[in-house]
Amino acid sequence: MEIVQKREGGALCIALAGELGHHEALDAMRVIGESIGEGVPRSVVLDLSGVGFMDSSGIAVVLRTFQACQAAGGHFCVRGACKQARRVLDAAGLDKLISFI
Amino acid sequence: MKKVINSFTIRFPSRSNNESFARAAAAAFIAQLDPTLDELGDIKTAVSEAVTNCIVHGYRDSVGMVVMTVRLLEPAAVEITVRDQGCGIEDIARARTPLYTTGGAERSGMGFTIMENFMDKLSVRSSPGKGTTVRMQKALSQRLSGRAK
Repeated sequence: MEIVQKREGGALCIALAGELGHHEALDAMRVIGESIGEGVPRSVVLDLSGVGFMDSSGIAVVLRTFQACQAAGGHFCVRGACKQARRVLDAAGLDKLISFI
Repeated sequence: MKKVINSFTIRFPSRSNNESFARAAAAAFIAQLDPTLDELGDIKTAVSEAVTNCIVHGYRDSVGMVVMTVRLLEPAAVEITVRDQGCGIEDIARARTPLYTTGGAERSGMGFTIMENFMDKLSVRSSPGKGTTVRMQKALSQRLSGRAK
């Protein structure tokens, strides 16, 4: 799994690419945790447009990122999730909790 | 009982880098029935959940063998069985509860819920200390007149 981080104005954009299953989730969560821990970004965008497949491990990645962001007082959103990933995230009710663009 | 058109069985060690192999193998085989992309995505997701459960929970402190069988059924359906001989599940009903997990922070507790939602049928048989067998079925839309024979 490829993880690229960049600044988009005042926001931290974390872009994931590849398949996001249990094997990849631990690494993704570690990298994301370190990024958010480095400072308190006003806004975090988790860009999933490069993720072609996700299972319930992806739910944990999105949820933990949201929680870390919320604890830091920042805004969080998910961008570019494919239809399959949205089905997985919606099954956990994340569509009611998190904003998707 | 529906007639089996084609089937395969694979055995692989419970290593997390085999999760993508298992879902890719299932998807490649099921392609014979010309599923829609949505159907294929649902099946890959369910396979990933079942295999990950074997790796994370069944063989929590060890590496054991995971056995996956995929059957293509007439006229157009898929049955997938994923089996381990790991620690088993003491309380299946509790394990199937949404958001319940005994795994780490990287687990969401949604594995069984997703298998139930994404497939038509799900059965779980387990004996503590002996292992767990998950069986799932999904009917596919019949888009082709000439199915795999």
